[in-house]
Amino acid sequence: MEKILLSGNEAIARGAFEAGVKVASAYPGTPSTEIFENLPLYRDVLYSEWAPNEKVATEVAYGASLAGVRSLTAMKHVGVNVAADPIFTAAYNGVGGGFVIVSADDPSMHSSQNEQDNRHYAKSAKMAMVEPSDSQECKDFLKAAYEISEKFDMPVLYRITTRVAHSKSLVSLGEREEPPVPVYKRNVRKNVCTPANAMLNHPKVEANLKALEAWACESPLNRMELADTKVGVISASIAYEYAKEVFPEDTSFLKLGITNPLPMDLIREFASKVEKLYVIEELDPFMEEQIKAAGISCIGKELTGLMYEMNPELLRERLFGVKPETVDVGVKAVPRPPVLCPGCPHRGFFYTMSRHKDFVVAGDIGCYTLGAAPPLNAIDSVICMGGGFTVAMGMAKAFQATGQTDKKVFGVMGDSTFFHSGMTGAAEIIYNKGNVIPVVLDNHITGMTGHQDNPGSGYTLQGEIAESLKIEEILKSYGFGHVIIVDPQDLKAMEAAVQEALASEVPAAIIARRPCLLIKRIRHENGLCKVNPDKCIGCRKCLSVGCPAVSVKDRKASIDPLQCVGCTVCAQVCPMGAIEKEA
Amino acid sequence: MSEVKSALLVGVGGQGAILTAKVLVNGLMRAGYDVKMSEVHGMSQRGGSVSTQVRWGEKVYSPLIGKGAADIVVAFEKMEAVRYADYLKPNGVAVINDFEMISATIAAGLAEYPAGTLEAMQQHFTCHVLNAEKIALELGSAKCMNIVLFGSLVKALKMDDIDWESVIADTVPAKFKELNLAAYRAGCAAV
Repeated sequence: MEKILLSGNEAIARGAFEAGVKVASAYPGTPSTEIFENLPLYRDVLYSEWAPNEKVATEVAYGASLAGVRSLTAMKHVGVNVAADPIFTAAYNGVGGGFVIVSADDPSMHSSQNEQDNRHYAKSAKMAMVEPSDSQECKDFLKAAYEISEKFDMPVLYRITTRVAHSKSLVSLGEREEPPVPVYKRNVRKNVCTPANAMLNHPKVEANLKALEAWACESPLNRMELADTKVGVISASIAYEYAKEVFPEDTSFLKLGITNPLPMDLIREFASKVEKLYVIEELDPFMEEQIKAAGISCIGKELTGLMYEMNPELLRERLFGVKPETVDVGVKAVPRPPVLCPGCPHRGFFYTMSRHKDFVVAGDIGCYTLGAAPPLNAIDSVICMGGGFTVAMGMAKAFQATGQTDKKVFGVMGDSTFFHSGMTGAAEIIYNKGNVIPVVLDNHITGMTGHQDNPGSGYTLQGEIAESLKIEEILKSYGFGHVIIVDPQDLKAMEAAVQEALASEVPAAIIARRPCLLIKRIRHENGLCKVNPDKCIGCRKCLSVGCPAVSVKDRKASIDPLQCVGCTVCAQVCPMGAIEKEA
Repeated sequence: MSEVKSALLVGVGGQGAILTAKVLVNGLMRAGYDVKMSEVHGMSQRGGSVSTQVRWGEKVYSPLIGKGAADIVVAFEKMEAVRYADYLKPNGVAVINDFEMISATIAAGLAEYPAGTLEAMQQHFTCHVLNAEKIALELGSAKCMNIVLFGSLVKALKMDDIDWESVIADTVPAKFKELNLAAYRAGCAAV
């Protein structure tokens, strides 16, 4: 059969189609996002949606499973933290139709705040874990994961990493199967997690895990590749692909696809056949510790290291001390960091924040995290999705408790983050009388992950027109008596909005509203700004807005016409009026 | 695994390196190779440094290479050539676009664009340098700069046995077919 080139994420979407999945719900997050971006390809037979957050998505998928159909949710590694509550108890209740949770981990933190190893979740929540290592396996193992979920009555954590998700390799496709859907029947004993039922569910979970471990020893997902018996390697996920290149061709391998529970009898059998045993895995010694605890000696983390993404050259160096030969050309490249795009509506807001030394700004996760980058340097902290309002709250309370009354505290997040987990923070500010100005940077889209719709954007994942939730109405209903809506690109209006909010007698909130320039379905009125060299005095004030289109050449400001979109933020800060917008 | 070849395409977000990698991959697939491709990027939306790796051979395991492992680097911007120079094998080949794009750090006045990037590369590697932007503009659109570079890549790889023109015709949007075919031929001729 003809093979096609698919990324791991595209292959997982295809696998969901082939496995007969009927309901899928997720919140976007790199590197998981493309799974759900590809699901609408199958909209005729597979319902897919963006949920407001990962916990909601997991609950929706779990509910669909209870109702008897195969269901899917997917999220980045830190999303599993958000979804952990339903996941841990879903593992006790078990499933109806097969239920798979994709966790996309990000070793090397290409686009993340930490590199937590989510394999621990499978062990901790007591559920099965399957790890594919290329795109073909991403598709095929997903179908196996549904069989495991249904056979052993448990959710399956389908764990991938950035490299599995985002690399492309050849895949042969299959047909969709339509698993029979049983008639729904209420089952209080199994599905209502009262303490009495949970007491009965826990021994069932332990027994199911034991049965799965025995089954996994025979499963084709765990594969012994026996060759020379001097050296044996146990590996899984992308690390297997690296190890295959690094060890000599005649090395024996035990390639694991089911990594929780670990098939210990199979591992013991493999270990007994080889003289020297390596365990090769990225991040934590998840397999190694369990293998050692089973009394099997092996070599692993003392050589391979606990941090960052591997590659064959790094692995070769760490295992065998062979450094790759490289050339130093003697010229150093200047960093090319990500920055707020030219014309980004967030720029005006952060420029305004950067002008006040007494402002403390608790930020959040999204494009606007870049407000922390120089020259804006306008964010004090970023911790997690939805943390902007509440971290601000804690700081304000601490300043209040220590008499630091000069500090003015802002909590800042985007529209998608507000719907994700910011609303509870807004309630906290009102309920506990916080001296905090919450600011929603409403650009009508989930930007950083590549433009996904959200409850405020007016569209669903499947492209249907949807209710667009009004952030101002939500904030007003919470008790913010003064909600100021402002265009952040108008610097005077932005500054006035901030001062008005600070002076307000009643709880005030700000919505800085302007759509992201990269939203294709909106017609943007772009233009071009130009420098009048006769007026420019080379004061470099225009550089303080941090626009990549603006630079200073030969002591005169210069605007790159290929990058400029005519937002005029640089023109508004120019003291000489030397920057003009062309019609 | 000596028969596995690795190419690294580097540039700035939005320059079309990914489409170029796609053309390369499509041709290699037609020629019957096992292929893996990997985009390596951080959280750059626009303007950040991006790289795409393509590996091919009879059987490819890793989609990713580390330092000192690329047979060829195609730099869509010349400072990016220097940034990724240590990914090249010491006997590797570089195709470099003689094209300069300042970064945000340089725009903010915090650093200078480095001098002597081309000379430094030429001193250490076999280099094919061309001004792909100029060639593309002469053909009618800066947008085909990536396929000009692709032509030079094919020439540098000495992979003339694949019918690249039909691969390009099938990969690019139909209305840009002629432009891109011209770009490919110009790129081949430029090095």
